[in-house]
Amino acid sequence: MHNMKIESPSTQDSTPVVFSAEMMTEINAVIAMFPEGKSKSALIRILHIVQTNYGWTSVAAMNTVAEILNIQPIEVYEVASFYTMFHLNPVGNYVFEVCRTGPCMIVGSDDIIAYIEEKLNVKVGGTTADGMFTLKTAECLGACGYAPVLQCKYKFHEHLTKEKVDEIIEAYRAASLVN
Amino acid sequence: MAGRKLLIENVHIPGIETFDVYRKNGGYASVEKALKKMTPDEVVEEVKKSGLRGRGGAGFPTGMKWSFLAKPEGVPRYLVCNADESEPGTFKDRYLMEKIPHLLIEGMITSSYALGANVSYIYIRGEFMYILHILEKAIAEARANGMLGKNILGSGYDLDLVVAPGGGAYICGEETALLESLEGKRGNPRMKPPFPAVKGLWGCPTVVNNVETIAAVVPIVNNGGEEYAKIGIERSTGTKLISASGNLVRPGVYEIEMGVSVEEFIYGDDYCRGIANGKRLKACIPGGSSVPILPAHLVTKTAAGENRLMTYESLADGGFASGSMLGSGGFIVFDEDQCIVRNTYTFARFYAHESCGQCSPCREGTGWMEKVLHRLENGHGTMEDITLLEEINKKIEGNTICPLGDAAAWPVAAAIRHFREEFEWHVTHPAEAQTRNYGLIQPRVEEIKAL
Ligand SMILES: Cc1cc2nc3c(=O)[nH]c(=O)nc-3n(C[C@H](O)[C@H](O)[C@H](O)COP(=O)(O)O)c2cc1C
Ligand code: SF4
Ligand code: FES
Repeated sequence: MHNMKIESPSTQDSTPVVFSAEMMTEINAVIAMFPEGKSKSALIRILHIVQTNYGWTSVAAMNTVAEILNIQPIEVYEVASFYTMFHLNPVGNYVFEVCRTGPCMIVGSDDIIAYIEEKLNVKVGGTTADGMFTLKTAECLGACGYAPVLQCKYKFHEHLTKEKVDEIIEAYRAASLVN
Repeated sequence: MAGRKLLIENVHIPGIETFDVYRKNGGYASVEKALKKMTPDEVVEEVKKSGLRGRGGAGFPTGMKWSFLAKPEGVPRYLVCNADESEPGTFKDRYLMEKIPHLLIEGMITSSYALGANVSYIYIRGEFMYILHILEKAIAEARANGMLGKNILGSGYDLDLVVAPGGGAYICGEETALLESLEGKRGNPRMKPPFPAVKGLWGCPTVVNNVETIAAVVPIVNNGGEEYAKIGIERSTGTKLISASGNLVRPGVYEIEMGVSVEEFIYGDDYCRGIANGKRLKACIPGGSSVPILPAHLVTKTAAGENRLMTYESLADGGFASGSMLGSGGFIVFDEDQCIVRNTYTFARFYAHESCGQCSPCREGTGWMEKVLHRLENGHGTMEDITLLEEINKKIEGNTICPLGDAAAWPVAAAIRHFREEFEWHVTHPAEAQTRNYGLIQPRVEEIKAL
């Protein structure tokens, strides 16, 4: 069941944040896709925009979203907590979601998960000490024929091997040095 | 000889993802034909004649579904494309949308015209965000070329297409949960009736169809429903995309003519080319994780000894005792080294994770099955646990709001039916059960209490 814990607003600063002008342009374009009075339909996509910009979905940002859509904050929290892609607590710069469902499992996803745990020195659910990587598991990512699979920042990494995992980690480390 | 391809024949043409190349290769002909030469009802009629059945899993006749759509005056109607594709083992819609996005857009236009929808939606799982961008680009191109917007091709017909993402939830593939999600809510399935055809998106009449179903409307309109129905056997007409995964030499997405034999599909040169690493076939789940698993001797042959074919009827031959289902075409193959208990456990965990939690038999039952399978898999189980699983199954089956409950129960029942000795082995050989598997060998807290 979707029983992800959301930290109560008392442990997270709940003052609405101010979204950048670019974010607002994107958000308004999404709202404009739906008929008058149906702007709540934009909610999930707006949460994706929030998470892409902040790395996670904080209570403060969700409160801003509620203001923009003119709905109650709880309507945003209940949606964000239902869908597994939204991180309700801070995560590393790069979140690895490694698929572990049957078709991936039978071609070795367990080994891949164990290897990443060892390589990054984290357990599933944890974030590396330098805040760079978070390791999570995911249920079927819709790429079973190219298994084992992980997803990071909406990108699919397929046919995983230990060597490939090494390369991916190196590439993300290098990318974060550039930024 | 590989069979005819009606959907992904052109995927290898360079640039086919662009409007121009797609159009030059015959794309959008169905829109021209339908909007200029046919009435909406005539399009529906062709789809009926084609015998097309929903490719999302349930196999409901599409033409019939379309004709159920309520048409009250002054109320908008909607077509919603189900691109949630989350059933373990299924990844064909992703392939189609990524490689040949205009085929879906074309199908959406022709189908929306048939249904009288002036705005249609494509709901795509959030993990496929990159495909959402591919589709939006294709939509913009189609609009720039007069295939979308006002007065398409001078026909007086208006249509807008909108793509909306989910956020990671298998249940949103169930059509009423999908509609809730599209309305910006949690994906809790609705009670039926009313069916979406009467009260769907925002309370308006709505048809929900799978990506592949909508794409198949294109060749049906182009060539006529009767031509389409000539392919296949019995009530399994046309072609079907199969997602092949697991221990195969060549996993991937294949378009088959309905009626190809399962043997040919697994071993044939045009298809999966056999079991990887020279191993033998142990089992197969032919239609996505929700359908019963078949042991090797029932994969290529039915219990009566007939060749098993890739059709709705043949895969279901023998009922749940010795058959399975075509489902969504998620064809998962297991070699001799695979542990059925472990696989069943991953699926139980999947369903427990994905249950929306609205009805207690599903919410609690899937959780129990996950826990019981976890302890069996890791050598902490007892023989009573196997019976317990069967009992939980019966309590879930048929007692829930949506079919996810059944989808979770059936695979467990089938695995025990065909591989009972493997479950028993996990009880009689606890030490081996622990060492031959990876990770997770620590008992859960509640298992420690029970030990
Ligand atoms: C739990 C559950 C998950 C489902 N997932 C999908 C899915 O990912 N894609 C899909 O097309 N249909 C899915 N379905 C089936 C849909 O409810 C619906 O029958 C289908 O979209 C209808 O389209 P069709 O008639 O074209 O097959 C699912 C059903 C259930 C019960
Ligand atoms: S059967 Fe399961 S997924 Fe479906 S409505 Fe009930 S609790 Fe939700
Ligand atoms: S099981 Fe891993 S992508 Fe489907």
